[in-house]
Amino acid sequence: MGLLSKKDAALIKDPLADNNPITIQVLGICSALAITAQLKASIVMTISVVFVLGLGNVVISLIRNIIPSKIRIIVQLTVVAALVIIVDQVLKAFSYQLSKELGAFIGLIITNCIIMGRFEAFALGNGPWKSFLDGIGNALGYGVLLIIVGFFRELLGSGTLLGYKVLGDPIGKTGLYAIGYENNGFMLLAPMALIVVGIIIWVQRSRNKALIEDH
Amino acid sequence: MEHLELFFKSIFIDNMVFATFLGMCSYLAISKKVSTSVGMGAAVIFVLCVTVPVNWLLDQYILQPGALGKWLGEDYSSYDLSFLSFIMFIATIATMVQLVEIIVEKFAPALYNSLGIFLPLIAVNCAILGGSLFMQSREIPTISLAAVYGLGSGIGWFLAILSIAAIREKIRYSNVPPALRGLGITFIITGLMAIGFMSFGGMLTGGDEEPKEASKTAGDVKIQDEVQKDVKKIADNHIKGIE
Repeated sequence: MGLLSKKDAALIKDPLADNNPITIQVLGICSALAITAQLKASIVMTISVVFVLGLGNVVISLIRNIIPSKIRIIVQLTVVAALVIIVDQVLKAFSYQLSKELGAFIGLIITNCIIMGRFEAFALGNGPWKSFLDGIGNALGYGVLLIIVGFFRELLGSGTLLGYKVLGDPIGKTGLYAIGYENNGFMLLAPMALIVVGIIIWVQRSRNKALIEDH
Repeated sequence: MEHLELFFKSIFIDNMVFATFLGMCSYLAISKKVSTSVGMGAAVIFVLCVTVPVNWLLDQYILQPGALGKWLGEDYSSYDLSFLSFIMFIATIATMVQLVEIIVEKFAPALYNSLGIFLPLIAVNCAILGGSLFMQSREIPTISLAAVYGLGSGIGWFLAILSIAAIREKIRYSNVPPALRGLGITFIITGLMAIGFMSFGGMLTGGDEEPKEASKTAGDVKIQDEVQKDVKKIADNHIKGIE
């Protein structure tokens, strides 16, 4: 990364793994679970959050010295709500079908704890450029997890990826289905999202012992 | 009857935590002790009870397409302000939360101290905004139904955080694999509880919720059987946990 200093690069890289917003900071779980039944929805959600968190962090960082700290939550919510309205309107204009599928969850980006968490923890104390990098990094860290969960849930649940039948045709019995493979419809249901995230946390913490909690 | 049905439906079938994953952040963060989780749950019930009806009024009289025409005359009936709903809803919620914070600080300082930072964060609890957004997208017809929906969802959330807190208090004495300790095992338990809550889906036979897949393949039926078994086990544990 020639463009960025080492410190700046760390701002982007850390949240992708060892300081992941979902598995370590425990922020933004709600949407991570609710919309991951399909890979496509996960990707759209990731892009939306990158946009909202990147820009939101910059805006908050720019006005951080003039917000009275008593009403900062309302100010932050207003900034996020404005950005989310933009995302929502763009989605409605260009991909109405998807916007219907995501439904209330686009609106729920407003209360996605990642956003408020990063505003509070980072943007209020750092300059705009650093805040921007931090926002992008955390949103990507969130996105990576979303995409992993979405990948497994769609692959195992409906045998497709982004709508393409990668495992063959379950009705025509081609590909894997010819030798008796069955889709696990349970993966598409809500509880499995929790269990998949649980397993990801398990794998991550087994690989990096420093992350283990003592209860 | 309609009210009762919606009440139980929003507690058990459309449970905020187990069916729609709303309010997971605070659910995970504050569920370490039963006493704090009770306080948080009560605050969520109260805020939901207040904000859902208020937002219902906003939705009916300001935000819906043509809503302004209802009380400002025909000239205004062509306005569609629905794009403003996020910002209006969140403003109502933030105000209400501020109110709750002041009341709790005044009348229950001990609770105020133990809730700490999380009280202002109710404003960003997705369960609260989710309650209003689902109220909007499900087109709940009357204000009393909206209030019942808010109350039911709040109680559902309360039930969820209370049971997970009870389980987490007990699990401290069990031998959990080190890498799963804390967050990991909580996720998996929540998943199992969510499977348990799915069994409530058959509770109401009002008929407005048809099963999504009409024809079940053999594999699905087998899963269903296994689920039923698990559900029984979990339900038993669940009851123990609550006790």
